[in-house]
Formats: sequence, C-alpha cells, structure tokens
Amino acid sequence: MARVMDGGDVDRAIRRIAHEVLERNRGSDDVVLLGIQTRGVPLAQRLAAALEEIEGEPVAWGSLDIGMYRDDLDRRPKRPLGATDVPVSLDGKTVVLVDDVLYTGRTIRAALDALADLGRPNRVQLAALVDRGHRELPIRPDYVGKNVPTSRDERVTVSLVERDGEDGVIIETRDPA
Amino acid sequence: MNHFLTIEGLTRDDLGSLLDDADEFVEVLHRPIPKVPALRGKTVATMFFEASTRTKMSFEKAAKALSADTMSFSPGTSSLSKGESLKDTVLTIKAMGTDAMVVRHTATGAPWRIAEWIEQPVLNGGDGAHQHPTQALLDALTIRQHFGTLDDLKIGIVGDIRHSRVARSDIQAFSTLGADVTMVAPRTLLPVVPEVFDAAVSEDLDDVLSDLDVVYVLRVQAERGGASVFPSLPEYTARYGVTKERFSRLKPDAIVLHPGPMNRGVEIEGAVADDPRALILDQVFNGVAVRMAVLFRLLGGEHAE
Repeated sequence: MARVMDGGDVDRAIRRIAHEVLERNRGSDDVVLLGIQTRGVPLAQRLAAALEEIEGEPVAWGSLDIGMYRDDLDRRPKRPLGATDVPVSLDGKTVVLVDDVLYTGRTIRAALDALADLGRPNRVQLAALVDRGHRELPIRPDYVGKNVPTSRDERVTVSLVERDGEDGVIIETRDPA
Repeated sequence: MNHFLTIEGLTRDDLGSLLDDADEFVEVLHRPIPKVPALRGKTVATMFFEASTRTKMSFEKAAKALSADTMSFSPGTSSLSKGESLKDTVLTIKAMGTDAMVVRHTATGAPWRIAEWIEQPVLNGGDGAHQHPTQALLDALTIRQHFGTLDDLKIGIVGDIRHSRVARSDIQAFSTLGADVTMVAPRTLLPVVPEVFDAAVSEDLDDVLSDLDVVYVLRVQAERGGASVFPSLPEYTARYGVTKERFSRLKPDAIVLHPGPMNRGVEIEGAVADDPRALILDQVFNGVAVRMAVLFRLLGGEHAE
C-alpha cells in the first residue's frame, strides 16, 4: 500500500484546479460544477467553495448519478442510485464534471450521455483528483489533481472527510492472496 | 431479487431502497427528456389476463422511459380465446424473446406459476384478491413524499378490504415501513380472519376519522361481488363514503388516496377527489417511477451489452 496524496495534497490540488478553472474560463460566470456520484460530489462542493473564496461570487454546483447510463451494468456490483441534482439550467453554461479517479473513461462517457439528457451546455470540461491512466475511450481531463501511473491490477482508493473521515489517496495491489 | 411478486417478506430496508431509487426516477420523469438508456435492448412483455388501463399503461410507460421495448398481450384478441393454455401462451411469448413478463391474472398465484415456467423475471401486476405489490410501492412513495416518512403515521384503509389485493399489499408495506394501519369497513367487507393482518379493525369510519393522517379509499368492487354484501350503495356511502362533510373533519394536513378507478359519489365524493389534499393523480404519476425502479432492479444488472 502506498499513500500518494495526503490531506494537504488534496487541499492544494483542489485550490490549484480552482485557479486553473478561472484562468481557462476567464472567471466563474456561467460555470456549473457537477460532481459524479459518489466521491465526485464532495469534491465539486469543495471546488465550488474554493472558487467562491477566490472570486467572491458563489458558483453553482450539483450532483450527477450515472447509474442509469452505464454500459457495463452486468459487470459491476449493483449499488443504489444516487441523487442527480442540477441546480440551474445547463443551457449555454460551462459544465465542469468532477470525479475522484479517472480510469477507463467509461464513467465520463456515461456522464456525457446523462448531460445530453439534462440540457445543452456550451462546453463541458473534466476535472479529476487522480488520473491513473488506462483509458479505453477518447476522453481526456482538463484539470488533474495528480497523475498517478498505475498498473491495471492495482486499486486506487480516494478517501474524503465527508464520506470516509479523512482525506487521502492510496494505491494497493488487488487481491494479494 | 429475481422476481417481484409480493410485498410479503420484503424488509423495511428492501422497501426503502426501492423507494429511494423511485425518487431518482421521479427526477428523471420531470426532465425535459424523461428517458434514460438503462434498459436499452431489453424487452418487457405486459400480459394482462384481466382488464386494466392504468397499471398496464403505467408499466409500458415505465419500460419505455428506461429505453426498453414493450410487447403486450390482451386475452380478448389472443389465442387464449381459441383454447390455448396459459402455459403455452407464456412459452410462446418467451420464445419470441422477452426479458421480463408483467402479469395480471384473476387467479391468485398465477404469476408464481408462470415464474416456475420461465427463467426471466416475473412482475406481479395484480393477482386475484391477493397481491398488487407495485401499487403498494406507489402508495408508500406518495405518502413518503408528503410526510417524509411513514413512521407512526395513522393510515385508515376504508372499504372493500376483503376483495382487495391493493389492501393486502398496502397493509404489509405500510406496517413494514412503520405506520399504524386501521382497516375500516362493514364486517362483510373485512377480511374473514382480520387477525392475520398487521392492522387494527374498525367498523365505524366516523369513530376513527379525526385520528387519521391518511385516508386510503378503496373502490367498491362490484365485479368481485362487493355490491352484494351491503344493502345498497346509498347506505354504503352514508356510512363509509368519504364525503365533503367527513373530509372537513380530518386533520388539516391529512391526505386522501384512492387506487382508481373511482366511483365518484359512491366511496368518494367528487369534491373530495378534486381537492388538492387528494393525491390521486400523484399516485398515478408515482406509479411510473416505482415501476421503473422495480424494472431497473430486476433487469439493470443482467445480460447488459
């Protein structure tokens, strides 16, 4: 088990991403953050708080559950649907999707499908706390907290205070037994 | 969960998690494009051996909102009228390729029998006077939306409980979710052995009215023999009808539900049915969401491309 980010690293990554979002979009007007269930949601909330701290203006944020949009429902354990809560109309906005780990890209593909049903943003950007590589689709992030090279038999686990009691990112080898 | 046949045996958590999923499908149904691709490529067959408008259409709408295809079967126009057996009908429709069957039948237990013949999930859309589990879910969802919880709510189910599959499923669901249920009916319309139900009994609506948070009005079911067990419809209305006058004696935040189809002027007065605290059309809307939740639960995890 290796710890690749601790609580301070997570904080700094979010603050840096906030500055990058503002730079790329020339401010936070028309920016809507949508966190992908489950751990993308607290990250989106924190990113919204960081943006507000810098700009002094509140930034709309919400949540997106992609359970109804996955193409691999049969290969994953079933989990209850999470909330999809989009606070404002997305038409004409810049949506920043926020997720904890970017891996194959299939979650993001599903999130893009979900977005298309929810409105028509002007542009969609992607922020991930960790990019661990191994993309299976032509999807790339716009904002990355940390690039973490991994092998496919490793597991990347993100912990967040809101859900897990502490912040951090660890890498483990799957099924050592 | 391989089939969805009955409320009996489902735990508070089972029911709660289906209602939680249904909340998410309510959100989907409120979108500009009320459709998700979750069951793309699946086929749901609706097989209603007994007449139905709302339940059949509701299941079909639910399947379509999940992007499944639907096939439907109506006994009047089918080979059943040429003498084909139930089993042959079921196996024929299975051979065409269906991923789930929604069954309504006048015979108690028919959906269980069908579930023995096919490996695909079977959903009970109402069997005899036995069970109507998706109705209980939509009723529970409607109550939960209004009050936030069913815990400690006083729910009176009024009318022809003896012949009602809705009442059987509702009593099990409501009591499992923490409500106090009272069956209110003349003795001839109460269950023969009321003690087997997790509910109190009253033969006097006026006696319990002011305590109730929810008045659940059942339809007088002439087709199941209901009309022959009380002296006259006007007498039934006088003693058990939810009239405007009785409605005015309810708690100010109490709600009225009815599974439909209504006999206005018999078990419920028209003005009550049209009051904002009668959530009858919310029930209909929620029916689509809970059926999406059940279909998604049964089909969402299997044979997906």
